[in-house]
Amino acid sequence: MYPSRFNYESPKTLADAIALLDSGAGETKVLAGGQSLVPMMKLRFAFPGTVVDINNIPNLNYHRFDSDGTLRIGALCRHEDLEHSDVIAKGQPTIAAAAPLVADPIVRTRGTFVGSLCHADPQGDWAAVMIALGGRVVVQGPKGKREIAMKDFVLGPFQTALEFNEIAIEAVIPAPAGQARGGYLKLERRVGDFATASVAVALEITGGKVVRAGIAMAGVGGKTIDATDAASSLVGQALTEANIATVAAAVAAVAEPRSDHRGSSDYKRQIIRTFVTRILTSIANSTKKAA
Amino acid sequence: MPLDEIKIGGMGASRRRVEDNRFIRGKGNYVDDIVLPDMLHMEILRSPVAHARIKSIDVSKAWDTPGVRLVLTGEMMAARNLAWMPTLSYDTQAVLATDKVRFQGQEVCAVIADDPYIAKDACAKIVVEYEILPAIVNPLQAADPASVLIRDDKENQPGNKVFDWEIGDKAGTDKAFAAADKISKIELHYPRTHPSPLECCGSIADYDRATGKLTVYMTSQAPHIVRAAVALVAELPEHQIRIVSPDIGGGFGNKVPIYPGYVISILASILTEKPVKWIEDKTGNLISTGFGRDVYLKGELALRKDGRILGVRMNTVSDHGAFFSDAQPSKFKIGLMHSAFACYDIPVAHMMSTGYYTNKAPGGVAYRCSFRVTEAMFFQERMVQAAADDLGMDQAEFRRINFVKDDEFPHRTAFGFLTDSGQYGKCLDIGLEAIGYKNFAKEKAEAASRGRLLGIGISTMTEPLGAGNSREYDILGIKMFDSAELRVHMSGKALLRTGAKSQGQGHETTWAQIVTHELGIPAEDIVVEEGDTDTAPFGMGTYASRSTPVAGAAVAMVARKIRAKARKIAAHLLEVSEEDIEWELGRFYVRSNQDRGVTIQECAMAAYSNMPDGMEPGLENNAYYDPPNLTWPFACYIAKVEIDPETGVWDVLQFVAVDDCGVRINPMIVEGQIMGGLTEAYAMANMQYITYDEEGNCIGANYMDFLLPTAWETPGFELYEVVTPCPHHPIGAKGVGECATVGGPAAFVNAVMDALKDKGVRNIDMPLMPNRVYEALTTGNDVYGMPPVRVGN
Repeated sequence: MYPSRFNYESPKTLADAIALLDSGAGETKVLAGGQSLVPMMKLRFAFPGTVVDINNIPNLNYHRFDSDGTLRIGALCRHEDLEHSDVIAKGQPTIAAAAPLVADPIVRTRGTFVGSLCHADPQGDWAAVMIALGGRVVVQGPKGKREIAMKDFVLGPFQTALEFNEIAIEAVIPAPAGQARGGYLKLERRVGDFATASVAVALEITGGKVVRAGIAMAGVGGKTIDATDAASSLVGQALTEANIATVAAAVAAVAEPRSDHRGSSDYKRQIIRTFVTRILTSIANSTKKAA
Repeated sequence: MPLDEIKIGGMGASRRRVEDNRFIRGKGNYVDDIVLPDMLHMEILRSPVAHARIKSIDVSKAWDTPGVRLVLTGEMMAARNLAWMPTLSYDTQAVLATDKVRFQGQEVCAVIADDPYIAKDACAKIVVEYEILPAIVNPLQAADPASVLIRDDKENQPGNKVFDWEIGDKAGTDKAFAAADKISKIELHYPRTHPSPLECCGSIADYDRATGKLTVYMTSQAPHIVRAAVALVAELPEHQIRIVSPDIGGGFGNKVPIYPGYVISILASILTEKPVKWIEDKTGNLISTGFGRDVYLKGELALRKDGRILGVRMNTVSDHGAFFSDAQPSKFKIGLMHSAFACYDIPVAHMMSTGYYTNKAPGGVAYRCSFRVTEAMFFQERMVQAAADDLGMDQAEFRRINFVKDDEFPHRTAFGFLTDSGQYGKCLDIGLEAIGYKNFAKEKAEAASRGRLLGIGISTMTEPLGAGNSREYDILGIKMFDSAELRVHMSGKALLRTGAKSQGQGHETTWAQIVTHELGIPAEDIVVEEGDTDTAPFGMGTYASRSTPVAGAAVAMVARKIRAKARKIAAHLLEVSEEDIEWELGRFYVRSNQDRGVTIQECAMAAYSNMPDGMEPGLENNAYYDPPNLTWPFACYIAKVEIDPETGVWDVLQFVAVDDCGVRINPMIVEGQIMGGLTEAYAMANMQYITYDEEGNCIGANYMDFLLPTAWETPGFELYEVVTPCPHHPIGAKGVGECATVGGPAAFVNAVMDALKDKGVRNIDMPLMPNRVYEALTTGNDVYGMPPVRVGN
């Protein structure tokens, strides 16, 4: 690959990294997994003056549950760490379902969860998952840390609320009220393809009833689409065939797909409707079994 | 005890590929691995638009970039009469655009610099002003008399038409249709796809003013054709041109044509007097080099009630892009499209073909295919399935009724080919048994109870491989024979060279096996070289599955010449007359006393140390082989698929392949070729195409849009074998490299269409993406894939 000329920095501390960004006047990009940035530099869609590689900064490669059930994912946690994680498999079903569907196995060894959020691709899997889970992004800049709700973090396609001198250092998923249930389904033409349409569902269930319902979609609009309002009718209810059908239709209705070579907008809505139905039905069936 | 041929790596041995020793260690030697002293690097600036007049080109900022040695424009090429070059199909193609750009990705300028980064930076500083013209992206638009003329560079160019061509018996076919009980019709598009070798194209041109010699290292499947073409285009003497094709990372027909990049790098080396390297990037390869297919069909079969096909009518319309640059035998404008229906006994047929220019990349190359045979067989098998459905007949039975029978060879096809051998019914039987055809109805019902749709699709075909024979096949007038040269050293080790050029087919392994079969020299004692025009005998290269049918035959023939001389030497050594000598693998012996003998190695030593009086020393020879006919392998592919009706997603439950490619030299390599070909067939049927939007923007310019299947999606393939030796090939072999790509797609598509039969759907154009399948099964309508793709809400 022959990118434009750029400087490469590999700071050893977060403070040094932030200082580099601060002095870079917006011409600087953070490199974590590089699975989106590097191809964009190859195509010369991105031509940063300086690349700040954060891979040598300690204590960013983790994912763990706090004692209260809050899940924290560090900036250098790779997709494959989540894919193969026992604590995720046990404790966070939406992430567990999505992890094996992110890109392809090669990308998953290197790409990071938080980096994917910062890339803000409307077809990105993790942004949909984070919105469905009601997650937050912790960012750090010269003035210290702040937390941004995921739904406010992405401003538009490839645009985030990050200031030029801030680094996203952690994703936070709040502890569920009750049992975390969920799923993720994606229609792709091939492994590693961007989503034609995908849906993340995150429910919190107590006593057989839904107490929180988060749903978000990727690939069906100019940005990740939050369908949590469309799912709100589930709150306070047990899942039934009827309310599943209602919610699936309501979620599909708030999608904003465009017709293109991957399918018509109607087709993409149909996929959303089908996927929401399948995920919710599967949760309903296993909830029944457990009960 | 005679030698065990399998043990010494002869015919039938699944010998491990010797070339893999270097490939798996990263020690292959590809064009980009070659570094010459003082080498410069070239980058091509491509057109961002599909059709535009060039108003101005400002290269001053590129020239000012430190490290830039040369900037070339069309105007500078024109000053040397090199702005246009002849194509392999008697058309012309722009090397660097002068007047207009005619497709997105067309070569506009070239920068030659000290390193590739500088060259790329400088390209970005070139300012080209375009006056946009309407883009034509399909033949319907091209044929419209009101449409803009794409090739206004040509005198007497009739609109956007490239050619009209026809073959067969029109009057006879009309009569057959008039007498038919039923006429079955279908309309299809075989979409544009791309051979997409993993290694892109590239060259290093090295002109030495002191010696006057031009050496070009390049990615060519046919280095000798390139030498001839360079001699013509660059007006250099042929003996001063050396073309070297080193290891090639896949060709699939993409590396047959001569591309502007090669020509520009040659001129750049002549002007700078330094070696100039050009390495294409993936987008450059996908948007500008030879695509495959892009042909439309109106097909009709005249049918008798009892299932016999009485006549075939085919009307094809092909989209060639901006320049007619696909290499086709010069007699046949639409390649061997008329090989369609060769496996069926059909009294009469007629085909009309029209080609059009469009504002798309040029090509129509034989992507793993013998000159449009892939389209021919796809059309044939889709027409056959539609006809069986129209008659309400079982699709397997309908094929069987119409097959040419085993005792009917040689058989003259309705379009004039001569097929010579096959056991079509037997292959079909094996395939049906393996897929469980008898139980399919039960399986289908069971799946229906789960809400799933099951379908079974058959594709049976024989195809003409191994162009050519010199009566009918030539490229630019050069006849399509091939060659081999064998040198047996005094220790009995050998060097073999051929005019073919492996791009991954494994010639270094299999050619040696043929020599082993003929001479008994262990395969590991034979080294094979190809691709260097200064050392290899003249040959037409490797494509159209012609290596084994033509060059492979030459290998057998040259080995036999060596054996004939060795026999004389053996007689001399054994002090008997030649008539009293017998041959067994690797050894001559006296007929009356089998213990008295000499090995081929002993004969080789004697050829240099103890030859008979009057005999020329040495043990070397060459052979030029002009095959009497094409070879006709047969294949039966059967797919069983399951459709999810809520999404249109379909999965392959089982795939059975029965291949009869005659005698197999290396069964493992044959199986690898079939698996690779089926994977490509699956890709085309399922996901892969290059389309365009209304402005002529290419959708498929990278591997995120142009999809290569991975191990994850690719179904498993069950392989079966039938062997009907080729009657005219010295070792009974037929071509095989392309069978699966050629015959495979129809099996997948027929299976999906079979599953949708009850919905009233007759056709979905490839690729059968879930959205198209869903549309068809919910509306009951056919789905056509002609570009432009419509984008919007």
